Amino acid sequence: MADVANTLKDTAPAIGHWTRGKLALVLVGLAIALTILHHLGLLQDVLFRIPEAMVPPFALWLDAVFNFIKDDLGLLVFTRTLTEGLEWLLDVTANLMFGKRRWPFLGPIPWTAVAAVAAVIGYYLGGWRMAALGAGTFIWTALIGQWKIAMETMSVLMVAAPLAFFIGLGLGILAWKYAVVNRAIKPILSVLQTLPFFTYLLPAVIFFKVGPTAGAVATTIYAIPPMILMTTLGLQKVPSEVVEAGNMSGCTKWQLLRHVYLPSARTEILVGVNQVIMLCLAMVVLTAFIGMPGLGAKLLAMMGSFKLGRSFEIGVTIVLLAVTLDRMSKAWVVKQPEHFERDTPWWRKHITLLTGLAVFVFFCITSQFVDVFAEIGRKQNFSQGKEIDTLIKQFLALDPVQNTTGAIRYVLNVWILNPFRDFLLSIPTPAFILFVVAFALALGGKRPAIYGAIFFSLVALSGWWDRSVITLYSVISAVTLALLIGVPLGIAAARSERWSQRVLLACDTAQTFPSFIYLIPAIMLFGITATSVVMSILIFAMVPLTRYTIEGLRTVPPEMTEAADMAGATRMQKLWKVQLPLALPTMAVGFNQAIMFAFFMVIIAAFIGTQDLGQELQRTLAGTDLGKNFVLGICVSLMALTFDLTIMKWAADQKKALGLPE
Amino acid sequence: MTADTVISCKNVWKIFGPDPEKYLRSMPADHSFDDIRADGYIAGVKDVSIDVSRGEMLVIMGLSGSGKSTLVRCFSRLHDITGGSIVVEGQDIMSLSEKELIELRRNKMGMVFQSFGLLPHRTVLENVAFPLEMRGQDKHTRRERALEVVKLVGLEGREEYFPRELSGGQQQRVGIARSLAIEPDIWFLDEPFSALDPLIRREMQDEFLRLQGLLGKTIVFITHDFDEALRLADRIAIMKDGAVEQCDTPDQIVLNPATEYVRKFTEEIDKARVVHAGVLAQANASGEGEPVDAKASVQDLARLLVHDTRAVIPVATGGRVIGGMDRAAALDILLEAS
Repeated sequence: MADVANTLKDTAPAIGHWTRGKLALVLVGLAIALTILHHLGLLQDVLFRIPEAMVPPFALWLDAVFNFIKDDLGLLVFTRTLTEGLEWLLDVTANLMFGKRRWPFLGPIPWTAVAAVAAVIGYYLGGWRMAALGAGTFIWTALIGQWKIAMETMSVLMVAAPLAFFIGLGLGILAWKYAVVNRAIKPILSVLQTLPFFTYLLPAVIFFKVGPTAGAVATTIYAIPPMILMTTLGLQKVPSEVVEAGNMSGCTKWQLLRHVYLPSARTEILVGVNQVIMLCLAMVVLTAFIGMPGLGAKLLAMMGSFKLGRSFEIGVTIVLLAVTLDRMSKAWVVKQPEHFERDTPWWRKHITLLTGLAVFVFFCITSQFVDVFAEIGRKQNFSQGKEIDTLIKQFLALDPVQNTTGAIRYVLNVWILNPFRDFLLSIPTPAFILFVVAFALALGGKRPAIYGAIFFSLVALSGWWDRSVITLYSVISAVTLALLIGVPLGIAAARSERWSQRVLLACDTAQTFPSFIYLIPAIMLFGITATSVVMSILIFAMVPLTRYTIEGLRTVPPEMTEAADMAGATRMQKLWKVQLPLALPTMAVGFNQAIMFAFFMVIIAAFIGTQDLGQELQRTLAGTDLGKNFVLGICVSLMALTFDLTIMKWAADQKKALGLPE
Repeated sequence: MTADTVISCKNVWKIFGPDPEKYLRSMPADHSFDDIRADGYIAGVKDVSIDVSRGEMLVIMGLSGSGKSTLVRCFSRLHDITGGSIVVEGQDIMSLSEKELIELRRNKMGMVFQSFGLLPHRTVLENVAFPLEMRGQDKHTRRERALEVVKLVGLEGREEYFPRELSGGQQQRVGIARSLAIEPDIWFLDEPFSALDPLIRREMQDEFLRLQGLLGKTIVFITHDFDEALRLADRIAIMKDGAVEQCDTPDQIVLNPATEYVRKFTEEIDKARVVHAGVLAQANASGEGEPVDAKASVQDLARLLVHDTRAVIPVATGGRVIGGMDRAAALDILLEAS
């Protein structure tokens, strides 16, 4: 914590912030003094950690509140009623996608038909390459023998994504229309976006029955926030003249919304759709933790029993699905309507729809006669799980490989991670809070500092201080390592247009992967150890860092670099004196995202076995300990929010000071 | 206000700020634009009184930020005014309910926008038919009417295009067609040609004059281009800081600028092209010999003015002599000697 605070403070604007900087320095000095006192054994225990007896029983209070809402206010009855409707919907998709024995008893749709329709949609949206991607994904899934579990996942996604879309759209419109709603919704959204997903899961289970319904609810709630934000943003961006044209055409309020606002905000709304789909996929995989069957559950089971081959295959399926859904929905964003010449026959205008229907019907009928077209049986699939498993394990057993990973593990654990963790744990609670406040003050100013003080004090009062510090330690060490790798990588890539494009594409693709996937390579290389935890976070957090570094550097106005060139700057001088200072605010956004990603990943990594909040959170899932679950979740959220508020404030201030666009 | 006044506005104020109504009530009468700004408010429209008669083309002219767009938006109540009254076709538009306002816009008003304001997801035809669709006309009749207007603005064959597939000039033709679809009595045009390049602008002005010749609507036209104003206007209102500096015919504005600001504005203008014989004609003098047409500009008469020897030349409209024009005065204008 302390070292990050110090390194970052150097980059804070010095001029005009003297008093702020000085105050921060005083706070740091105070914190160091406290820490030294503790090490000398002069500090009273009360000042080191809040004693157990002084910790308010937040969990009990919350439990009481929840019980009151649940039973006395009858929320449970209400949600259980909702559950029935939701269950009905899920049964329909489950029947269609993988033949669950429920109404309408039509399914399962043959895999060939799904793949063919995916190809047609792909072709419509993005030509042959997209068609190949769409068909390829589903063909792979079927051939590798994962059709059923993939469709279990898809059937939930097909319910959750539209639900999240409509709820998000509705709330987005309300937030845009009524300032009150906007003000009320904003803080809730920022908390929701930093809340660990385990905290979504348990209430879902309690209120909406274990299984697909709870999974669907958690997924939906998780995917709503970006849809709200994108809707509001899109509606605000509709040009005033278009709105006035609507008014002058005599639109009523409803007509204006339906015919003018919503179609004009199409791009942002579709970007929202893309984000909804991707978040749904990420979450639906994670619902494995509450026993939702599907790709996630299978992956969890395979990784748990260290079957690397099968894990790898499932990983590929998930990645393919993610890439397909992402590319297609993004292609939809940029797809503009094309006009037809007059007197085009109607079948030409609807050629895509007709082809789609035709291939669908064709494969449905054919599969009645050719079994392989309907379903790939157990013995027919091409899964090479065992072989890949042996291969990977042989590779890992190679001496050079084992030496390398072993060395990395040793160095990281013994020299860096463990000492760092022990150091953080040895800092007295008040000193730790002082460090955080100093960091927030130096970078973000008064408001973030006050929030930081309140938030971290709450964490201290929650009684989970040590686990919170361990969580924070994983985040900081992983993000620091990611900085060391990701930023130079970004700087190197930004030097040429071609490499920028390539690395950006890689980052974009990597960002669509459900976070769970990042555990696979970490576990493969480092087994089930603390190093894997840091490694998986590291890979996950590197993506935004590299990406925003490139974007920051590439968007430096050319006349400034040209001016530097004409002033006779060497490449290094140009980088340090011109490009990096101008790119820094953008890079800070990437840094912030890396931290948010890290907080997310560290909770998932609990699966590997950690001693942090994630571990406790995961444990609560087995029971009905809603109060404790919430306290733990809020702890993570509060820590993440402190960073978010501070860094984003700094980035915004810097951008304003440099006159860069938002 | 006479029976033929279509829009009549009296002491209209539009102030932007936290609580404009209260501010206007408590504001001293002689507060200037800058005084108001110092109080944290912006006077978009400042005490404007103007009448527009039926069939007239009023051009509102001013630099950007002078309040001309705000004023026209007050006429159609896209902005609610802060003080004063605006009467359109005998109805005080501030007293209209939302429903009545929508009815008024659906049947009486059309508006063209500077950056077109087309709906990007609709074809040319669907854009043009949009106001008809809003008032609930059935598909067939609105298609008929839309085709008709599209043809009128010369976009035949482009009906199925989307706005982004058209050039700027073509897009504005769509905007014009849309505003005409409901056959409005009052036509607002907010800098309709400013976003177009000069050649297209000229072409569109001609097109606009042709349409106006055909339709004869009451028009409020906004521009920041003085040449455009002179070309089109029956009357010009020149605005500065939200207030109307002068509202008069082009000839009068050029000959007798009311304020220093207007004078500076007209300084660079070739007056000979603006001033007409009819304006120079004095009823008490008649002169002798062949009369000149009242509608002819001094520029048109240049050759005659130089070669003629009469001191006073008679001026006639439709063959009837209305007065005599002092040749020396006309020559002064021609030679820019004031």
